[in-house]
Amino acid sequence: MTRALVIRAAGTNCDAELCRAFEMAGASPDLVHLDRVIAEPRRMEDADLIGFPGGFSYGDDIASGRIFAMRVRERLWPALRGAVVRGCPVIGVCNGFQVLVQVGLLPGPARGEEWPIDAPPTPTAALCDNVSARYEDRWCGVEFVRESVCVWTRGLEGLGDEVGRLPSAHGEGRLVFGTPGTLARLESAGQVALRYKDNYNGSEGAVAGLCDATGRVFGLMPHPERYLDWTRHPWWTRLDEGQRRGQTPGLRIFINAVEAARSVAV
Amino acid sequence: MVRIEVRAREGVTDPRADAVVRQGASLGQPIARASTARVYLIEAALTDAQVRLIAERLLAAPVVESWTRGASPTRSGEAVVEVHPLPGVMDPAAQSVREAIRDLLSLDAPPAVSTGWRYDVSGLTDEGVRLLAERQLANRAVQAIHLAPWTPASLPRGTAYRLRLTRFPLRELDDGALERLSREAHLFLSLPEMRAIRDHYRSIGREPTDIELETLAQTWSEHCVHKTLKSRVRYSEAAKRDSETRGERGSESGGGAEIRWEGRPGHVVRDDGTVEIDNLLKRTVAAATHELIGDGVDWTLSVFKDNSGVVAFDERWGVCVKVETHNRPSAIEPYGGAATGIGGCIRDVIGTGLGAKPIASTDVFVVAGPATPADEVPPGCLHPRRVLTEVVAGVRDYGNRMGIPTISGAVHFDDRHVGNPLVFCGCLGLIPRDRVRGQARAGDLIVALGGRTGRDGIHGATFSSAELTDTHADEFSHAVQIGNAIEEKRVLDAILRARDEEPTPLYTAMTDCGAGGFSSAVGEMGSALGAQVDLERAPLKYAGLSYTEIWISEAQERMVLAVPRDRLPALERICAEEGVELAVLGTFGTPGRELVLRYEGTEVGRLSMDLLHDGLPMPTKEAVWGDGVRPGQSGAAGQGSSETARPGEGTRGSASGPCLAVSRSGCFPATPPHSLTDPLKALLSHPTIASKHWIVRQYDHEVQGGSVVKPLVGPGRAGGRGPSDASVIEPVPGTGRGVAVGCGLQTGVGDPGAGGDPYLMALAAIDECVRNLVCVAADPSRIAILDNFCWPSCERPENMGALVRACAGCYDGAKAYRTPFVSGKDSLNNQFKVTDPKTGRVERLIEIPPTLLITGLGIVPDVRRCVTSDAKAPGNVLLLVGETTGDLGGSMIQRLAGLGPSRVPRTDLKQGPSAARGVADAIRAGLVRSAHDCSEGGVLVAVAEMLIGGSTPERPIGAAIDLARAHADPIVAAFAESPSRYVLEVSSDAADHVTAGLARAGVPIVRVGVLDGSGRLRAVGLDAPVEDLARAWLGPLDW
Repeated sequence: MTRALVIRAAGTNCDAELCRAFEMAGASPDLVHLDRVIAEPRRMEDADLIGFPGGFSYGDDIASGRIFAMRVRERLWPALRGAVVRGCPVIGVCNGFQVLVQVGLLPGPARGEEWPIDAPPTPTAALCDNVSARYEDRWCGVEFVRESVCVWTRGLEGLGDEVGRLPSAHGEGRLVFGTPGTLARLESAGQVALRYKDNYNGSEGAVAGLCDATGRVFGLMPHPERYLDWTRHPWWTRLDEGQRRGQTPGLRIFINAVEAARSVAV
Repeated sequence: MVRIEVRAREGVTDPRADAVVRQGASLGQPIARASTARVYLIEAALTDAQVRLIAERLLAAPVVESWTRGASPTRSGEAVVEVHPLPGVMDPAAQSVREAIRDLLSLDAPPAVSTGWRYDVSGLTDEGVRLLAERQLANRAVQAIHLAPWTPASLPRGTAYRLRLTRFPLRELDDGALERLSREAHLFLSLPEMRAIRDHYRSIGREPTDIELETLAQTWSEHCVHKTLKSRVRYSEAAKRDSETRGERGSESGGGAEIRWEGRPGHVVRDDGTVEIDNLLKRTVAAATHELIGDGVDWTLSVFKDNSGVVAFDERWGVCVKVETHNRPSAIEPYGGAATGIGGCIRDVIGTGLGAKPIASTDVFVVAGPATPADEVPPGCLHPRRVLTEVVAGVRDYGNRMGIPTISGAVHFDDRHVGNPLVFCGCLGLIPRDRVRGQARAGDLIVALGGRTGRDGIHGATFSSAELTDTHADEFSHAVQIGNAIEEKRVLDAILRARDEEPTPLYTAMTDCGAGGFSSAVGEMGSALGAQVDLERAPLKYAGLSYTEIWISEAQERMVLAVPRDRLPALERICAEEGVELAVLGTFGTPGRELVLRYEGTEVGRLSMDLLHDGLPMPTKEAVWGDGVRPGQSGAAGQGSSETARPGEGTRGSASGPCLAVSRSGCFPATPPHSLTDPLKALLSHPTIASKHWIVRQYDHEVQGGSVVKPLVGPGRAGGRGPSDASVIEPVPGTGRGVAVGCGLQTGVGDPGAGGDPYLMALAAIDECVRNLVCVAADPSRIAILDNFCWPSCERPENMGALVRACAGCYDGAKAYRTPFVSGKDSLNNQFKVTDPKTGRVERLIEIPPTLLITGLGIVPDVRRCVTSDAKAPGNVLLLVGETTGDLGGSMIQRLAGLGPSRVPRTDLKQGPSAARGVADAIRAGLVRSAHDCSEGGVLVAVAEMLIGGSTPERPIGAAIDLARAHADPIVAAFAESPSRYVLEVSSDAADHVTAGLARAGVPIVRVGVLDGSGRLRAVGLDAPVEDLARAWLGPLDW
């Protein structure tokens, strides 16, 4: 049994679809409130996979994911670090990505460097207001980066322009790095996993998704968990049967993770 | 007071500042430089280390932001605008920050916090700064503007309240005094109602307390009981109007329909032809539903009784649906008005039966033309462009935060809405079939859940029943509120857990606190039992509320539950885990079925449920219709001269669009050939028809992962640009079964300025709604509909006559299409009085045209059969289903091209339903590649939209069209808006089969064209690249 821990808080609202994604991929999801995880950190030790879902945690009134991230940094770092060090695949989608970046989990230390023990790493990136200064919902053409070490996106490189898309819906998705040169370093380390083909939110390097140096911690603004069925594709009524064969790219991302989690458990 | 400012670090883009520059430009105020900062005011004794911790770990992201303690200096040449919420106005950010600081510093109690925005701008005059602040950055109904950094010595807090019981000496009042009291105390009760109350208190030998009077006013308000629609009506028709509407184009008789009044339920026809109806709503809208249920419609689960209507989805689940308007608050504070509108509608769905999970939202707006010159906006009104921008933002911020996809909607533009914008908010929910009914029991506790009670929203119910005047913005600003979606999301999470407890939910009944607050919620739930309430137990936002204020406050995000005593601990545990505040206010059940209200042990009110719920006098309303009688176009409105905004003149589109050019050119030449290119582009650019992608893409329409047919369809960079007829979701993923949502809005057909008839408008709206649903593969025998009337004052018999006719249309339409009404709501008195500030004389009365929104919910048996409107492939054939008639009255082309008078179109109640069934059969058989309904703008606009949706520069699709077989008059053929018509794209192999199928059902169907790879739309008088048409369609509302 592969157990997927999905952590929710007040304002989380993409938890049901994230649970369904793990379930369809063969894992058994366990949806738990952040307060409960803080009270019982062993829940993180027991998890084979960890998901931070999308939404507007705690209202996102200061900035997206800010309070959720603060609580994880202040109260949950040892347990989260433990999971990451043991190789547990972690995903943060949209608000979850905003949380992981502010926790400092992404992009994380360079290959070969240790995760700090006492406190989480200082964040080196941020997800800021879209250049349009407003929330936008669209299905983006995305490039699954061939050179990436990300385990979640394995085998998705080279998807065609029609099916190689992901739905995306956010107001604060513009990825900004704190220092020049960070992007180039991440690219050469294979940590850029996903790029927008049409960089509508103004992210540096058109980056839509990042992973850590091991490729097991993955965060992205688009929502693969909203693309588990072909009838969710924005123009599925004109795709031919051949294009709609097999699993959707969204589902394949989660299947990759479940396989990676099983290889750890073994 | 600790003040912390957070701003973008030097060199990091600040999109909010860029937006301020754009806003300045839109006001003609060029801003040289702008920057923004978030301001946090924290009232607490904090050490420097604590302040640093709060700033760096909570308020600022050091990677991209810097922070300052205190006010950072103003640069020379720059002006500062600071915007802070007025005292008592909801500040969701402050609530988050309070709790987060408590958590971060491990404090016992959270500090007081307030938040604001600081804008530094250069290049503006003082007047420019003022304009920017008032028109764009703040709304003074809820926010204060400071022209320098603002750091108060302390944050406002309430002062303790001491009980002072207030009685109104009512028994001796004469009519004049009663009317004055009703107005001055904001009760908005009529004289007969005030008399009934006075007589009641005479009979029981005492004077009423203020809380009793307020409770009666709330419970008897138009908003809460729909007394106009439920009243007794006497309706008469004047001589037929005939000649005036006989136009050159196809009109053989008068503008209105002949309605046969005999034989309708509860309608008595007198010898003089007068029709008397004892309860309009019951005898029309509700009667249709009950007759349909009696005639085999066995899939409704709850109609008209609860907060929303419920129909069967499958064996296990029901779907509920509710649509409300929030017009008055949105006129004064569009952002908060729309947000609390959707928030309230969502709560209605949550509070249906024993609890439903909201699964989708809808929104429909009607506003004045966006290009209205600023100096033509009457005093007391906001500019329509600002109204629209902010209502969209309000729906966006509330719906997105709640995690409910906003999937369907419409926007219409008409200048008569300059003072009365319409904001319709809808919500759908999923409910287990064994949780559809709840009933409170005597002895159950009255439990309030969710937000705290404050002074916000006091008198919303009575305010929404009054007409607007230019002084309302000041007088009623307390009726306006800002919502807090996260509070409501927490309440939802807690309720769904409590609902799903085994073996039964932790409560026996539930309702939301909407209009009237606790007074309505407790009054409704306890109507059969009585209730006793201890008002001091309600958690308050701040001290100082009187017992009456607590009772009638409409503060948001509150629910009332009836909880058996032994289930309370379990409910308390869930609420604690979800961070939801819970308070036990009292008990249901009193010996005499009374409502007993106490404050700190003192009885402050005692009312019999009989008086509350059955004591309202129902006077007879006069209604007329006929020659020279024009609803929605009043003459002198009681006093002074008056002038109404003229319909017909159309709504201003984009100032530079082709729309005005066509208007000026007047009618088409008398003889063909007519160039159709310019009129087509003008229609596509009219804001009512133009693409709403600017709105759609601000809503999360994908959350919950169930979107099958999205509001925008077809291929494209952002995922589709074609308009969808209706949206489809798969609410229980993996079942393959879907719910479709769509609407019909045919104000033009009922438009008094175009010789319209509200009876025909209702038929056309039901027909349009059904077509929209059928086009995406909904089963036409499984469509439930809702009525939302927005009307001018029904004190005018002409407007009441229009309402009677619209209701007759609802009855006939619902029965013909076998679409039961399951819920509805009305908003009356939508008119705006512009008064001279000096004399108080009414200068102008602007009435809205009678407006009926029909919302439809359809079941889609198999989502894999769904069809979208985007053109699919060259070689396919286009078929036009339904008959095209020469009735151009109320059409877009009549308004845009200044065509002469013409009859408004009739809906054929045999052919319309047959066409819907025939098209649905063809779609179910998999024979249809795309389907689109013909509505505003007619066939040519429909085909253009299909091409815009399906064609891309890389893979162009075009069409060659020949409409001669649809109608001999090329203008009629191209632009008539005859109802019951569809454009279908089918493969050339399937064309004969589909044609034969519909012809067998007696439905006209003609081949009107074929798709090709040209990327051009061609017909006689028309040859235009699809990309040009796309630009005309996409541009006007690309804000």
